[in-house]
Formats: sequence, C-alpha cells, structure tokens
Amino acid sequence: MSLSRRSLLKGLATAGAGIAGLPAAGQAKELKRRPDDAVGLLYDATKCIGCKACMTACREANGLTAAERDGKWYDPQSLSGNAKNVISFYRGPKGEESFMKMQCMHCVDPACVSVCMLGALKKGDKGIVTYDADACVGCRYCQVACPFNVPAFEWGKATPKIVKCELCRDRLAQGKIPACAEVCPRHAVIFGSYTELLEEAHRRLATEPKRYVPKVYGEKDGGGTQVLYLTAAGIPFEKLGLPALGEKSVPSLPETIQHTIYKGFLAPVVLYGALGAVIFRNRRKSAAGGEEGDA
Amino acid sequence: MSFTVVKAQPGGELPGGEALTWSDGGLGRREFLRRACIIAAGVVGLPSSAAAKMYEETVVKGKKPSVIWLHFQECTGCTESLLRAEHPPLDDLLLDLISLDYHETLLAAAGKQAEAARTQAMRANAGKYILVVEGAIPMKDNGIYCKVGGKTAVEILNECAAQAGAIIAIGSCASWGGIPSSDPNPTGAVGVTGALKGKTVVTIPGCPANPYNFLGTALQFATFGTLPALDSKGRPKFAYGRTIHEDCPRRPHFDAGRFALKYGDQGHRDGWCLYQLGCKGPVTHANCSLQPFGEVPGAWPIGIGHPCFGCTEQFVGFSIAQSTTVPIENPTPSTTFAAVNSGGGKMGVAAVGVGGAILGAVVSAGYKFSTTLDAEKPSADEEA
Amino acid sequence: MSHATAPVGGRILTKPMLVLLGLFGLAAALLLWRFIQGLGAVTAMSDRYPWGLWIAYDVVTGTALACGGYALAILIYILNKGRFHPLIRSAILTSALGYTLGGFSVIVDLGRFWNVWKVPTLFWKWNFSSILLEVALCIMAYMFVLWIELAPAFLEGAKAAGNPKLRRLAETTLGPLEKAMPFIVALGLLLPTMHQSSLGSLMMLAGQKVHPLWQTPLLPLLFLISCICMGYGVVVLESALSSTYFGLPRETPLLRRLGRVVAPLLGLYLVLRLGDLAIHGKLGLIFTSGFFSVLFLAEMALFVTPIVMFYTEAKPKLGQLFRGAMMIVLAGALYRFSTFLVAFRPSKGWVYFPSVGETLITVGLIAGEIAAYIFVVKKFPILQSRPQRATVRRLGADVIDRLPIPSTAPASGD
Repeated sequence: MSLSRRSLLKGLATAGAGIAGLPAAGQAKELKRRPDDAVGLLYDATKCIGCKACMTACREANGLTAAERDGKWYDPQSLSGNAKNVISFYRGPKGEESFMKMQCMHCVDPACVSVCMLGALKKGDKGIVTYDADACVGCRYCQVACPFNVPAFEWGKATPKIVKCELCRDRLAQGKIPACAEVCPRHAVIFGSYTELLEEAHRRLATEPKRYVPKVYGEKDGGGTQVLYLTAAGIPFEKLGLPALGEKSVPSLPETIQHTIYKGFLAPVVLYGALGAVIFRNRRKSAAGGEEGDA
Repeated sequence: MSFTVVKAQPGGELPGGEALTWSDGGLGRREFLRRACIIAAGVVGLPSSAAAKMYEETVVKGKKPSVIWLHFQECTGCTESLLRAEHPPLDDLLLDLISLDYHETLLAAAGKQAEAARTQAMRANAGKYILVVEGAIPMKDNGIYCKVGGKTAVEILNECAAQAGAIIAIGSCASWGGIPSSDPNPTGAVGVTGALKGKTVVTIPGCPANPYNFLGTALQFATFGTLPALDSKGRPKFAYGRTIHEDCPRRPHFDAGRFALKYGDQGHRDGWCLYQLGCKGPVTHANCSLQPFGEVPGAWPIGIGHPCFGCTEQFVGFSIAQSTTVPIENPTPSTTFAAVNSGGGKMGVAAVGVGGAILGAVVSAGYKFSTTLDAEKPSADEEA
Repeated sequence: MSHATAPVGGRILTKPMLVLLGLFGLAAALLLWRFIQGLGAVTAMSDRYPWGLWIAYDVVTGTALACGGYALAILIYILNKGRFHPLIRSAILTSALGYTLGGFSVIVDLGRFWNVWKVPTLFWKWNFSSILLEVALCIMAYMFVLWIELAPAFLEGAKAAGNPKLRRLAETTLGPLEKAMPFIVALGLLLPTMHQSSLGSLMMLAGQKVHPLWQTPLLPLLFLISCICMGYGVVVLESALSSTYFGLPRETPLLRRLGRVVAPLLGLYLVLRLGDLAIHGKLGLIFTSGFFSVLFLAEMALFVTPIVMFYTEAKPKLGQLFRGAMMIVLAGALYRFSTFLVAFRPSKGWVYFPSVGETLITVGLIAGEIAAYIFVVKKFPILQSRPQRATVRRLGADVIDRLPIPSTAPASGD
C-alpha cells in the first residue's frame, strides 16, 4: 500500500469529525398535509364518453391555439406545451375499454415544487400547484421529477415556458369552476372541495362495488393528490397511466437526506473549518521540513 | 306558431311540390305582419316580447323609420337577395315596416327628383334615419370612378352619413370592398369603414348578404333604437360570431376524416366534407348553414356540394383560390383517440451514427495513443 | 514551484488549433440557431427526456472530468502528499475550463436562460429543498474559486511579460493572493464535495423513473467517489497527452502513485454499489434486466479492470496507465449517463438519442475548451518547464521529491 495507514486515517478523520459534529441526525421531513380548503377534481372513468368537450373547453379557457394534427385537428397525443388536458383511450386484451383524462394531479407534496430552484412551481391557494414564469429558468427539473410526467415544455419556442393545468385558477377567482368540469356533459369529471370529492368517491365505491376497482387513486398514492380517480372494475389504474407509487411522496426521502446533511448549513461550515485547519497544519509541517512520506 | 300552407302564386312554384309562401290571403295583413316581426326578432336573437314591440311601433303606431339606401360599386345582388326574402316579403317591408325613402333600384322616380327625395328625407329625419350602403366606394383619384348625380360616391357617403341614426353596410362590397377591391383593385375600392372614419358602421358581409341578417338588424334599430352586439369588424355577432366550420352540417365527416377529394368522386357523392377541395368554412364567419338565404333550405354552397368560397371574409373571398386549403381557425379534437401512452421522442439514424462514430473515434484514438506510449522506451527518471 | 513551471511557448495557431477553432465555430453557429429557434429545433429532447446530452455530458460528466484539481487537492493539501504538486496547476486549469464549459452549457440548455441571474441573487426566493439550487450555487461559486486558484499563473505570466502595468498588478496582488490561498483551497475542497455528491442526489427525485439498478439513496456517495476517481483518471490522461504534444518531461512515477491511490477508491465504489444492491435485494436484477443487465455489467467491467491492472502490475508503464485511466473515465461517464439518461425510462415507448445538432454543439464546445487549454499553457506558466528535465537528471528524482513542499501558492518573486 502506498498510502500509509496513518496518513489516510488522519486525513479522513479530520474530515469525518466535521460531519460528525452534526446535530442529531434526520428528523424525518414533516409529512405535508392537504390544506383545509383544498379543491380538486374527481374523474370517474366509467362515466366518461370520450367526447373531448373538456379538451376543447380547456383549450379555449387557457388560450392554447395551435392545431396539432395535419394542421386540422386539435389532437394532442399527450400533454404538451399546447395541451393541458388530454383524453386518451385504452383497450385491454379482453376487449375492456376505458377513456382516461390526464392533467396535473395537484399533489399534496409535489415533486415539482420540491425541486424548483426559485419556487416558480409552488403549492398555492387551495392547494393548487401554480406556475410563475418569472421565477422559472427553464431547467426542466420538474419534468424529471414528476412521477406523472405532467409538466410540459414549449420546445418549439425561443421563449419557452412550462405548461400544465392550474385548475383554471383565473376562472376560480371569478367564481367559476374549471372549464373541463363545467363543460362535461356526463359529469364524469367534477370539481369541488377535496373532502366532498373524496366522500363522493367512496360513496360510489360503496354503492356500486362491482362497477369499480375498489380504490380511490390519489387518496394516498404518492403522498396523496388533489385529483382523484375511479376506474372500471377489471381495468387497473396502471393501464390508465397512473403508476403504483406507494404512500410516500416522491420528495420525502431525498428531502430528508438533503435536510439532514445540510441542516442549518452546519455541516458545510464545520467541514470547511476542518479542511482549513488541516491545510494550515500541513503547511506548518512542511515549512518545518519533511513531508509525510510513504514508507 | 303555425304557417298556413297555401298553394304558391303563379310563377312562384318550386319544382316537386307545394311552396311555403306567405300570402295575405290566409292570415290577414296585421296577423301576417305580427308573425313577420316574430321571425325578424328571432333572427336577431331577441325574445318574442321584442317582436310584440316591433309590431306595435311600426304597424300599430305607424312609426316607420326612414331608410336611405345608397348604391355604389355593386351588382345589386344584395337588393335582389332582399327581394327574395319572404318573411317579411319586401312589399310588406316597404309599405308597412319601414319607409324606404331612397333606393335607386326600387324608386319610381329618377334623376333630380330622386335626389331631391333623398335630401328632403334626410332633412326631415335628421339623426334618425337608417343609412344602408350597398357596394364599394372607390377612393383612387378622388373617387371619380363612381359618380351619382355628378357627385362622387365618397362625397355622397359622407353627406348622408353625417346625420344618419344608424349606418348599415350590406354585402361584402360595402363591408370591406368585395369584388371591386380584389387584386389589383384599380379603383382603390374600399368598404364603408374605409371611406368613413369615426362612425359606427354595422357591416353585413356576404355575397350576397343574407337578407335576414340585415332585416333583423334593421328592425331592431327601428323598434328599439339599438344595434345588435357587434364584433371588431362591425359584424353582428348573432350572425357572424362563429365560422361556417363550427356549424357545418358536414362537420361529423370532417371530424372523422372523411373528405371528398375530387368533384364527383364517391366521397363527394356521399356528401363528405369538402375541406380538401378548398372549403373556406374554417376561416369564414357567417351563418349560412343556420339561416337559409331564400326560402329553400339547403340552397347554399356546401348544401349543394360546393366548398364554401369565403365570400364574407376579407382576404379570403375573392382573394384565396378556391382550391387552396386554409388553416382551421378554431381546431377541436377529431373522432380518433390517443393511446394512454402514445410514445414519442426522437432517435434519428444520423444522430446515432454521428454520436456512435464520435465516441468510437475518441476511444480508438485514445487506445492508439496508449500503444504509442507502450512503444516508447522509458527514460531513467521514469523508472522511479 | 513557480520556477518549475513555464509557458510552453510556440505558435498558437497550429493546424490542430485551427481544426479545434473550426469545430468551435460550427458549434457557435448551431448555438445561434438554438437561441433563435428554441431548443426543439436543435435538440432531440422531449417532454419525457427533458435532460439530454448537455446535462448528462456537459454538466454532470464534464464537471466530474473537471475534478482533477479537486482530487489532487485532497491528496496534496489534506493528505499532505506534496510530491503530487507538479500536477496541480494543469489540473486546476483543466478544472477551471471544464467547469466553465459546464456552466456555459447550462446557460445553453436552460429554456429561460435570461432569468438565470435570479438564481444567485434573489435569495429570498431560494427553495432550500431543491438540490438543483444547491448544485447551481455551488458550481457558480466553485468556478469563481478555480479561476482565483489559477490567478497566480496568470499573474506570473503577466509579470514575465513586457507590459509594465500588468507587472505592477501582478506584484501587488501575488502576495495577498498567496496569503489567502489556504482559505480558497479549503473552499475548493468543500464546494466540489457538496455539489458532486448532490449531482447524484438529483436523480433520487426521479424515483421509479430511474431503473432500480441505479436508483438508490447512496447516489450522492457513489457520485462523489466516482468523481474523485475520474479526477485522477483525467490527471493521468492530461499529463500523458501534454508531455507528448508539448515535448515536456514525463511524470510517470507520479502517475503510478496516483494509480495506486485510485485503485482502492474504485474498490470502495464497487463494494458500496454491490453492497447496496444486496441490502435492498436487487442483486437478482443484475442478470434479469435484459438491456439494463448489459449496461450494468459494462459499468462493472470498466470499474473493475483498472483495479486489476494497477494491482497486478508493480510498475505499470505509461501506456497501461493511460488505458487504465481511460477506463476509469469511461466507467464514471457510463455511470452518469446511465443514471441520467439510459436507465431513465419515464414512459414506455419514448426514446431519446442526442441529435446531430446537440452532438456537434457538445463536440464544438469541448474543442473550444481544448483550444483554450492549449492557448493558456502556451502563454502562461502552467506546465512543467523543460529545463526541469535537466535538473531532474542532474539531481536525481529522489532529491527533487525531498525538496521543501512549496506553499500553496508560488513564493512571490523568483
């Protein structure tokens, strides 16, 4: 071994001492709670008829304009810089069919909010996840982090933004409801307070248990979301693009680690001090002649 | 409301059956006019209570508004279109609902007498008369390309507009210049708004204009003194608020992607969408599919299997070739669906080639370099 | 040892230089297109692959490659291995250029780059949960630190140059700079520790979107260790290349010692990597993941082989050291590309491969970086001077090694 055990241990020990000086490690990150006035959507896939009126209404309410297919139809194939709400269709191996409405899930502990450097994405009034382009540098970390792949980016623009459903908060401010919920002819998607929607979802599961998969997606998934889903019996949520996420939110583990290490910025400061001390000590030693050599 | 079906007057019969005509033989003049007002009110989107008021003001109280109708660079098609309206028919309109004080086509008088009638009516009804303009106004060379009674069109227009209560431009020519204004526009033809600044002008474009759009507007003003809600081009929103595409009877074919590709092909015979043949419906604001022009529903271009020409829209009608397809102004989803996860992203062949080649080149260059190092004889001080 | 370093001298605009500048010019033209037309016009990135070559290479791998200065500083200033000091200046230059390239690439990659000034300044908006914020601030600070650490070289060059104003500047600033160096060096050790590990943490937020063979809470530690290894690897590569192309003395004995330092670190990486998989019951995945199995095994091979090379060979020749270093660099690069791109599969059916434009921009920027390196070493005292070769031969390598350890900055005056 070329490095003497002594020198290696000494070097590592001084650095380690810095980190060891941390206060009691990791209180787990406080579990985020849904705000009391949280609002959301309940989408019942068994009621949706795929009319796409919600897509048109969303497009108009949000001023999204371009046609998507052959310049003729507004046919986004997935959420995009031009589509905050998309209806898609699933057909399974046994011929079972369902429509699926996709838009921002307005998570209780959103990954996108956790990663956004200047808080351009943040959890605002009533728990709606809002976007402020002025604080956005376009780093697209939110796209990497979102487990539902919701935030879309305007790749074709020289001045791009992140684009996603914000529950029509301008309309909410005027006392209206989100455009998709307003226009839906079958009330497949409804808007309301989160508590009411959750109650309604459970009521439906209780009243017609054979109709649904016995779970309200979003109640606990990924730490909970404010947009809830019901799916037809025999069509698992994963088939509709809703991943199996477990009950912990996406940011909970990384944030715990990050906060533990950097709590109060103490560890870096202590480490800096330790490093400085070692450097000074080595300088003095070498000025006195002779280095720590290897045997 | 029921219509009395009577046999058509001689010469008014349509091939294949009875005609639905208004005849004062069945209903009595007043009742007939009352019903005409109801229809006219309906066209403008006013409730039936408005119709009652219309009837009362004009028929019962006899307060018929004065109408001055100017003709400039026009084919008189809009007047002809109005003549073919049946509810109310033009004679009843002229005799009972309005007072048509100047109309070059319909006036019995001519020459100086006609002009005198005009100026007299204008004086008597100053601030209250409805000014209707049909035809474009040439502006080039001080407007000498259209003169009536020795005065240029633009002079007459300004003179008549000064004291008008409402100004209605009927037809595309009066609305934005129409045919006379098409390239190269040798006379500098413009619509009323181009020749008249600073006044509210209701424009009723169309070639010809739908007479009911005009009638509804005129009767609303006559009864209530108000104009219907107008868009940024002065067009009444009740008629021009939506594009043909949005209310087209062939829309389901468009949404399903069924197009006629050539005149007379099977798709054309089956009544499929005419978009690929150059239908201008997606960019043309008008209500042709909802409000029949004459008394024959379906007698409009798309109804007979011809793509819309865009006659109401400036820069579309008389401007874009019929066979040229246009972008959709208000695209909505088609009848096809995206898959739950439709895939995407790019992996270009050239990109993979270039990337792979560069990586390969760098690694092999590095390896080659290391072999030259191998070949070197190390010097003494390298053996430490 | 200021007198041991000297500008290489010679013509700047040689043929290779012109090629490099040509590639850089091509990149500049493509960049103009990117800024006018948007990212979608030039890159193959999409909503499922929002981070592409520019993040995976230019920022994540590129800065790891630029950790030669950091890795050497640990050896020299913490572990007191002063013998490695001759390598430090060129390593710091490589680091400074590498981080500047990384920083510039970030600006290029950012969609709303005109807001980037807000990141270090609008501190009241800082989201302390965001690991990317920490990475960004650290990298900005570290870039600054690196150029300051390099400043003595530039000032010495200025002193030796004709210009009296520059000479005066050098004379007044070199002294205080030397006094401040320990604080700066300590910073230059703290900052990379923070952000190189955090670069790994970034992908923890991607959760299940990263394949389980790569997703782990150990990401920060694994990234830190592999970055230090890559730093040593780059030092070896750069030394061998510079001594060849500038006709300078070989530094093989030092590089051998580096090899012996790196080998246990590589071993530590492997132990942690495999141990972590074992603890979480993921070892089975190594052989049942199809394409990802191949990727994983390739990574393992690239990490293991240099260890074998450096341990089985008592005195590896320079060529072997070079190949070993190449493998270390490729291993670390593969690990990073895997974590950020290849093992990142957000949705079935979505693909990504850097477009020709993206690749050419990266290649052009690297060419520019190399050109800058050549320019600086030719004009400023970065690399060892040629007379050193004669001195070494005369005095013997042993004696040179026992000369007093130079202070962290060259002594003012000659």
